[in-house]
Amino acid sequence: MTDNSWLEAAVAQALTKPLTHLVNLEQPLDFNGYVRAGGYMGATKAVKEFSQKEVLAIVSESGLKGRGGAGFPTGMKWSCVPALQEKPPAHVNTEQGNSYLICNGDEMEPGTFKDRYLLEGVPHQLIEAMIIASYTISANKAFIFLRGEYHVAAQRLQKAIDEAYENNWLGAKVQGTDYQLDLYLHTSAGRYICGEETALINALEGKRAIPRAKPPFPQVSGLFGKPTVVNNVETLSNLPHILKHGSEWFKTLSPHSDPGTKIYAACGQVKNPGLWELPMGVTIRELLYVHAGGMKDGLQLKGLLPGGASTDFLTAKHLDTPMDFDSIAKAGSRLGTGGLIVLGDQHCPVAMVLNLLSFFAQESCGWCTPCRDGTAWAVEILTRIEAGSGTEADLSQLDELCDFMWLGKTYCALAPGAVEPLKSAMRYFKTDFDQHIKQGCCSYKKVVQNQLGASHE
Amino acid sequence: MQNSNSGCSSSQVIPSEMLTDEYIDFRQYLSSVEITAIEHEVAAMENREAAGIEALKIVQEHRGWISDDSLLAIAQCLNISSAQLEGVATFYNLIYRQKVGHYVIHLCDSISCHLTGYEEVLHTIKAHLGIGYGQTTTDGEFTLLSNACLGNCDKSPAMMINKKHYHSLTAESVIAIINGLRQNVEQNYDR
Repeated sequence: MTDNSWLEAAVAQALTKPLTHLVNLEQPLDFNGYVRAGGYMGATKAVKEFSQKEVLAIVSESGLKGRGGAGFPTGMKWSCVPALQEKPPAHVNTEQGNSYLICNGDEMEPGTFKDRYLLEGVPHQLIEAMIIASYTISANKAFIFLRGEYHVAAQRLQKAIDEAYENNWLGAKVQGTDYQLDLYLHTSAGRYICGEETALINALEGKRAIPRAKPPFPQVSGLFGKPTVVNNVETLSNLPHILKHGSEWFKTLSPHSDPGTKIYAACGQVKNPGLWELPMGVTIRELLYVHAGGMKDGLQLKGLLPGGASTDFLTAKHLDTPMDFDSIAKAGSRLGTGGLIVLGDQHCPVAMVLNLLSFFAQESCGWCTPCRDGTAWAVEILTRIEAGSGTEADLSQLDELCDFMWLGKTYCALAPGAVEPLKSAMRYFKTDFDQHIKQGCCSYKKVVQNQLGASHE
Repeated sequence: MQNSNSGCSSSQVIPSEMLTDEYIDFRQYLSSVEITAIEHEVAAMENREAAGIEALKIVQEHRGWISDDSLLAIAQCLNISSAQLEGVATFYNLIYRQKVGHYVIHLCDSISCHLTGYEEVLHTIKAHLGIGYGQTTTDGEFTLLSNACLGNCDKSPAMMINKKHYHSLTAESVIAIINGLRQNVEQNYDR
């Protein structure tokens, strides 16, 4: 913290890399350090200068979209909370404190590690963001729902929460105003479904974490039956900067795309895996070949998942697609969490899809049949195909399963998320599936054998 | 579980010894440290049930795993049925309902680790310790479990042992890590 040169260089990037400029994974800024770096100015503005509805207007105007995967406009999500509606339904209690804010920090999407970076690297930024969001939706109580495996993040967040209490940013009469906020850290115990917002709410209530039927949506009836907003870590982390620099500034960060920056990532068979905060809408090509250094030596690009395990494969012909919500959707996939998972041409795509589906089958909560049985069935068939004993009938059975597990047939998006890589792989890598079935073996096995000795030099 | 009538027709009266068989006085069973920690979590929530995961984690922290008796005691303490708490406990990967070793190895088997060769690390661990997934070494030191994506995808393959994450694993490094822990075993369990 005494290293002022680091901090000066960091603060100089405040306007271009708002989310990550203060990230320090070795030793994150403590309360005083964060304040010296311009922290808590956004929250000061929110609670001292603006009414709840004014903050909502600023966030709506900024065009911020959720960064957890679905890309839903944050302002619109908040505006469904009865306290913020022009004419709330008569039977709903809109009193101050009758709602909750939950930060979804249950980052478990395979291939995604952006939230961990923010949680471990700049915990006070999230606390400040949650104060702004809680104030706006009139919540007196907020929770950080953190995945159980993130022990370092848990320790650092708890320390930041304690410091925020000591400095009157949490507790009664926040900064001398009439606003009161209590913030609690909940650490989960390892289950992917907890990232689904209604399952997360059940988990917080101490129930088995299965999704709830919607409607009612959580903004109307969520945690303990009260209006509840669930926002992702990265989404929330934008708020202090939007409040501090304004919604117009936020839009200028990425003039040709969705507003703001995005923490993009790349992992898998690339030269330099990692993550980078960039203006929203950089192309896949720039991400893969400039930032991630291209493919690992000797490999050509076979395909990639643009935003975590539950997105559709894209291929080399999509390299010039901008990484924003609409463009990736037009290309037939989803931006998801914005983390590329990259597959080279010497690794079996059937084996990759089998790994993905095994994850979904294991993490299916078992609540609805299409997901519980469908994902396990797909794993059984893919195992057969990968081992070389699959048949043509197996391929049509997989096609049918993709339909059985699709949107509208399940309680939540887990099974449809499993369908996305499966269905797209069967389209783009059809020759590989056919090869396994016709020749009764995997043509990649030899390549893997040859590489094994050299793969970990 | 203590007031369950499963297996009996509803008109039958359940013999009192069947009830007491599964009854544990949580004040006797749980330590005062455990109870204080659980009550601290309960105080933050709207009802006692909501502290379920926290309570399971607190007791596991002290005892290493959640035995049937621990489950009954926690359920009692939270004033919920043990069946309900069992539904929660068995739902999660990090709540151990069987005895585990001092070190629980959670090897990530998700996509980035798959693409960077975790299988080789898995074979090495299995061969080195002589155990498979779900098993514990005979000396009670190591248990091997899989884990969904640990969020170390830029430094895969990765694993977590108790609360510590290890990344960029190779067959050589994973043996060195395990041997290092084995040597430390007497001085420090580093939970």
